[in-house]
Amino acid sequence: KDSKSGLALTSLVPYRQDSCIALASQPMHQRSFTQKLHSFMNGCEYRDRVLTMDTMNPNVKRVEYAVRGPIVQRAVQIERELKMGIKKPFTEVIKANIGDCHAMGQKPITFFRQVLALCSYPDLLEDSKFPEDAKSRARRILQACGGGSLGAYSTSQGIEMIRQDIARYIEQRDGGITCDPDNIYLSTGASDAIVTMLKLLVSGEGMSRTGVMISIPQYPLYSAALADLGAVQISYYLDEDNCWSLDISELRHALQEAKKHCSPRALCIINPGNPTGQVQSRQCIEDVIRFAAAEKLFLMADEVYQDNVYADGCKFHSFKKVLFEMGLEYSEKVELASFHSTSKCYMGECGFRGGYMEVVNLDPEVKVQLTKLVSVRLCPPVPGQALLDVVVNPPQPDEPSYDTFIKERTDTLATLAEKASMTQEILNQVPGIKCNPVQGAMYTFPRIHLPPKAILEAKEKGQVPDMFYCMKLLEETGICLVPGSGFGQRDGTYHFRMTILPPKEKLKIVLAKIKEFHQHFMEQYS
Amino acid sequence: FILSAANASAGRLDGKMREKTLTMDTLNPQVKAVEYAVRGPIVLKAGEIERYLEEGGTKPFSEVIKANIGDAHAMGQQPITFLRQVVALCTFPELMDSPSFPEDAKWRARRILQGCGGHSLGSYSASPGVECIRKDIAAYIEQRDEGVPSDWENIYLTTGASDGIMTILRLLVSGKDSSRTGVMIPIPQYPLYSAAISEMDAVQVNYYLDEDNCWALDINELHRAYQAAKQHCQPRVICIINPGNPTGQVQSKKCIEEVLHFAYEENLFVMSDEVYQDNVYAPDCQFHSFKKVLYEMGPEYFSSVELVSFHSTSKGYTGECGFRGGYMEVINMDPEVKAQLVKLLSVRLCPPLAGQAAMDVIVNPPQPEEHTFKQFHQEKSSVLGALAEKAKLTEQILNSVPGIKCNPVQGSMYAFPRIFIPPKAVEEAKALGMQPDMLYCLRLLEETGICVVPGSGFGQKDRTYHFRMTILPSIEKLNVLLGKVRDFHISFLKEYSGLEWDEI
Repeated sequence: KDSKSGLALTSLVPYRQDSCIALASQPMHQRSFTQKLHSFMNGCEYRDRVLTMDTMNPNVKRVEYAVRGPIVQRAVQIERELKMGIKKPFTEVIKANIGDCHAMGQKPITFFRQVLALCSYPDLLEDSKFPEDAKSRARRILQACGGGSLGAYSTSQGIEMIRQDIARYIEQRDGGITCDPDNIYLSTGASDAIVTMLKLLVSGEGMSRTGVMISIPQYPLYSAALADLGAVQISYYLDEDNCWSLDISELRHALQEAKKHCSPRALCIINPGNPTGQVQSRQCIEDVIRFAAAEKLFLMADEVYQDNVYADGCKFHSFKKVLFEMGLEYSEKVELASFHSTSKCYMGECGFRGGYMEVVNLDPEVKVQLTKLVSVRLCPPVPGQALLDVVVNPPQPDEPSYDTFIKERTDTLATLAEKASMTQEILNQVPGIKCNPVQGAMYTFPRIHLPPKAILEAKEKGQVPDMFYCMKLLEETGICLVPGSGFGQRDGTYHFRMTILPPKEKLKIVLAKIKEFHQHFMEQYS
Repeated sequence: FILSAANASAGRLDGKMREKTLTMDTLNPQVKAVEYAVRGPIVLKAGEIERYLEEGGTKPFSEVIKANIGDAHAMGQQPITFLRQVVALCTFPELMDSPSFPEDAKWRARRILQGCGGHSLGSYSASPGVECIRKDIAAYIEQRDEGVPSDWENIYLTTGASDGIMTILRLLVSGKDSSRTGVMIPIPQYPLYSAAISEMDAVQVNYYLDEDNCWALDINELHRAYQAAKQHCQPRVICIINPGNPTGQVQSKKCIEEVLHFAYEENLFVMSDEVYQDNVYAPDCQFHSFKKVLYEMGPEYFSSVELVSFHSTSKGYTGECGFRGGYMEVINMDPEVKAQLVKLLSVRLCPPLAGQAAMDVIVNPPQPEEHTFKQFHQEKSSVLGALAEKAKLTEQILNSVPGIKCNPVQGSMYAFPRIFIPPKAVEEAKALGMQPDMLYCLRLLEETGICVVPGSGFGQKDRTYHFRMTILPSIEKLNVLLGKVRDFHISFLKEYSGLEWDEI
């Protein structure tokens, strides 16, 4: 087998000769080194590997995750080629494939990093350059850590004091609706919590196998997790002609179809939308909740972009708040998990892998099972927990860091809003590209018109047409986007997802290059 | 499942409409099967008692001592200064201008930040980890293994070692019924393994460590376990924990060779959990990495045996559990499967960057010519010296108690003594629907405030009883703790049997 001859024989054999000979003199290994090497070279000693494509977990094979898929791997390769001095029609790769704010030049919020540095190295508590409000937060966090150290494990659910702070934050966000710290579970980014909740929900065989409703287009974490867990994916399509809004009749339709072959038990919503950027109206959220109540669906609300709302007239409404405003009939009944993260919003601290979920109306016995399940992984990273604590407990007007904090936050969000509208405007100027308003989140998901000739060529190459398009864009311009097929789209429509995160000047260049590329592409293929 | 569906519909007929979608009946049955004693009922009870004490309640003790988990900092171990300096510099790079930070720490922090997108710990890294950190790890492994080459592209950073172990097991589990993947694990084991196996619905194949021989791994027992398991599943993986958790033994080189030969002969994938590789205390013991031994066994072994070894920031002399740093080195993995591994990791985006940075410092510590070397070296030796002392102390005191027998703590961070529980206590436990050592540990907790984990949570031979305790409390505290365990044990024996235990 080819794969087996790929080892670095030349470097290893001379080095190991002595010890191999020494070992060969032991009874267990009776043949001489040369004999062994000989048979090795002839390949007669080859055995089948234990773990091969044939024997591996079939569910893992079915997992797909486009955001870091083949296009990104090619982008990394091109970056290496550029470093090696290979000439390209561009000088750098711009990765607009993933919502990675800091990588795109966004600066961290100073206060957050001060608190984290103080927690990491408490000797700095004596340093007069750090403001008192940062120090008091760091002291408070460390007091809640075992041995006063970020290096201790926390309880598996997360540090109790931080859960209390989160609960207070949620209460304030939701206009006073109560939040119980015992319902908060810290997590390793929101992804971790989403996968955990899905894991609890998946059961049954055949017709009774758990079905999970997800939006199309979706964030591919959902489809990946469902594949991995062997659950049934139930797709409901967002309405592209109506700003990607969620249509209740489509939900109903998807559910009825799915009931024929599985047992639908959960409904996932991403609001603000990823990759689609829409912000759900209050009315629509109510409708979804009524639907979930009637159909006894467990609601999972992915609200990691809750601070990223840009469009006039749009506002973020949490599922929790709407649920409780709908009265006891709903608020005591509908099971809901909502997810948040340190990775998005104005902080963009992806690398810390901080996040939490709030569970509402979870069966108490199931909650015990959830706590048990998360305990196997011991605890979410404590620096991420500390970061989350400052996010939910930022500087107050009477504190020294307040002005800087507000300025940094406002600037970041204002820039994002500006980039959202700029992206939409420029893309919509291109004939053959149609882009919905980026009401929120960090992405645009424009529809691209691909000529039949291009579709044909893609098919000949065994590629989906928008993958073909994005690969060509990458090779010609250095811009890395994710094809719409990685998120799901209606048959015969094509899209890509790009982040609005590059700095304004760079974003302008990116958009201009896309414009030029698209025009050229159309000319070439029509 | 049929049963639970029947229950659910019966519920409906009774007019008790199920209010909830997610109940014990509809919950993923594999999740239900998961058990994790290290944070199990005894620890929940300890938490309750702590809260009770905080609220002014009274107990025969003033504090709960959690000797249930290898949580070094929580037990008062101080972080390594240099590591924390580098992490602080990475977190808040304005500190690069501060004269109070040493140059060698700044140099490392700059290097790490250069490997991060936008030079920030706040960006995602590549899913296998930051490239320069993977390279540092490979260089470290080469040095540790005296020149055995390590390819940085075989290194994957993880969220603690647990994450890596789960991921590799996930790849390996497949098949149905008699072709379902069997995973060989030591008994006693670290319960992450049994929990992961339950969660993935794989088959657990137990091989028993030899308590009478310092918990050594007996190759005949491996053969026995393998042959027995082949009747009902397909054993495809063998997991080894060296140094042992909870058993503290350090595997000899000869024994590792035997295991690798066995894996080679029986075509098993080898997972070696080596997170305690720096925690070896017994003077006659030495850590040998599976990778090095495999290479020394010659090309027919090193070209074919599939091996993954795991390491972590949580143990060793740093004890940085909270950062959730770790890595695995993957050897001889099928290239196509490796692509699947990368894909699987990418769904979770990346391991925490602060943990990756901490890992980098561990594999690239101050060198003799560097400014911080002396302090670093002093801190490291003092932590490891104290651990060695505590390992010895624990073994000695426990062995002085009638009815407790403790193997030498050659390495890692735990003692797993055998305790003799009188038949009357065993009966009482059974009447309560409890494992006898759970009863013992609960009583110990209630009466002394000491929280240890019953041996049943790790697995043990039938009718033997143990507990796991960490050796991490400070020497003074450990002395007190062991004294209390001794007093408790003696009174427990008296209460339940007079002298009957002597005959067991």
